[in-house]
Amino acid sequence: MTVARIWRERGRRYRLEAARCKGCGKVFFPGRLVCDKCGSREFEEIRLSDKGKILTYTVIRVPPPAHTYETPYAVAIVELEGGGRITAMVADCDPEKLEIGQNVRVVFRKISQDGEKGIKFYGYKVVPA
Amino acid sequence: MNDRWGELWEKSLRDLYVEAALRAIDDAGVDHIDSMYVACMSSGLFTGQEHVSSLLADYLGVAPIPAVRVESACASGGNALRLGWLEVASGASDLVLVGGVEKMTDVDGSQATLALAAASDFEWEAFNGVTFPGLYAMMARRHMHEFGTTPEQLAAASVKNHHNGTMNPVAQFQMEITVETVLNSVLVADPLHILDCSPVTDGAAAVILCPADQAKKFNSQPVKIAASAVATDAMALHSRESLVTIGSAKAAAEKAYKQAGVGPGEIDLAEVHDCFTISEICLVEDLGFTEKGKGGEFTESGATALDGRIPVNTSGGLKSKGHPVGATGVAQAIEVYKQLRGEAGKRQVKGAKRGLCHNMGGSGGTSAVHILEVM
Repeated sequence: MTVARIWRERGRRYRLEAARCKGCGKVFFPGRLVCDKCGSREFEEIRLSDKGKILTYTVIRVPPPAHTYETPYAVAIVELEGGGRITAMVADCDPEKLEIGQNVRVVFRKISQDGEKGIKFYGYKVVPA
Repeated sequence: MNDRWGELWEKSLRDLYVEAALRAIDDAGVDHIDSMYVACMSSGLFTGQEHVSSLLADYLGVAPIPAVRVESACASGGNALRLGWLEVASGASDLVLVGGVEKMTDVDGSQATLALAAASDFEWEAFNGVTFPGLYAMMARRHMHEFGTTPEQLAAASVKNHHNGTMNPVAQFQMEITVETVLNSVLVADPLHILDCSPVTDGAAAVILCPADQAKKFNSQPVKIAASAVATDAMALHSRESLVTIGSAKAAAEKAYKQAGVGPGEIDLAEVHDCFTISEICLVEDLGFTEKGKGGEFTESGATALDGRIPVNTSGGLKSKGHPVGATGVAQAIEVYKQLRGEAGKRQVKGAKRGLCHNMGGSGGTSAVHILEVM
């Protein structure tokens, strides 16, 4: 991957920058140019909360190449306080002990890297709160 | 279709496709085709080859007819079928070949996992480590949480489909399994075991479409496409209104039932997209065969078995027949075609007059629903 591909998402991956529709209030992460609910093209820039709850989760035991060395690992869909949902790895946890409804906190972490000598990719994960 | 689906190391993508396409042409008894749609999800990531529409028209010996590749992940076949149907309905062409193909075993398992993860929202799902089975696993976990669905009920779909597959000579896995085998098989993404997941498969399938008023010229017992509908939904699972409802399936089915002028109670059999056991559980609900939340119980009760109220995946489904992603939607139509002609052998549903096919892409971002009827 090129640096540009990672760099252009820096606000979203590093700071959870999102958008709230001025027409209907729906929160989008990542932001969009048009709201799928009301059709408005006017958005307010917001940042998602770093606190949320697990809506559902799984433990990945057959990984893609980028995550071979950390398997098994947990991934969850998290609903953040004040709106917005993310899919993120759950770090610093015992994957067997996670639960739906559990409180988590968003943290800045290394996600993967582009092969052995490629650039490192950073972004968000969640940890038990 | 090919003689048998599976890990076909001696056959290339073009071999698989041309074999299935020639079989369709011979079976229909047509001396030419006017146009071709090729469903293929990811020849690029699986084999490094793109532009397969031209390649396959060339190797099938039908160039210079127009040919186009259709890609909507695992729903490519269903989407191609709809486009072929529209082309015939428009009057632009009389004989259209709709084929699907995927050559998946030219890469190792880890690369195949990556290629399939491309059917999710790559930047906001796959980038964060979730695999394709992982997305369905999260749907399963939530379904269990909301409705009390059990791992045994999920496994029942796999056991039933394997049973049906023992009677299908094309199926990749022609063996019986038990609920215990499923639950004791290795976990891929909790709570899904490997026997909850459809396999990596090489294979192709093809059909010929023509205007209904010409069909009897070629075939004494043709089958009619009574409805053809496609619907989309939010790409990322986390953006869906519900994590346990496949909105695209509901929307496409609603359109298809309306087109055919029937309801779910008038369907004699269905091929549904059981890429994972949880998807069959959700689909029997979202296609209207049972109430929301009852899919597990419904499946465990035998209602979807060959002799049940609504036989589902008589072919063995994606689980047992195999899932060469681009070919699946076309192969589903072939199974229903055989059933409606009374040619399904030991897995024949007696007196079947109307069947439904549901083909899905990604974690539900696309659904194609077709209803086929005897003419």
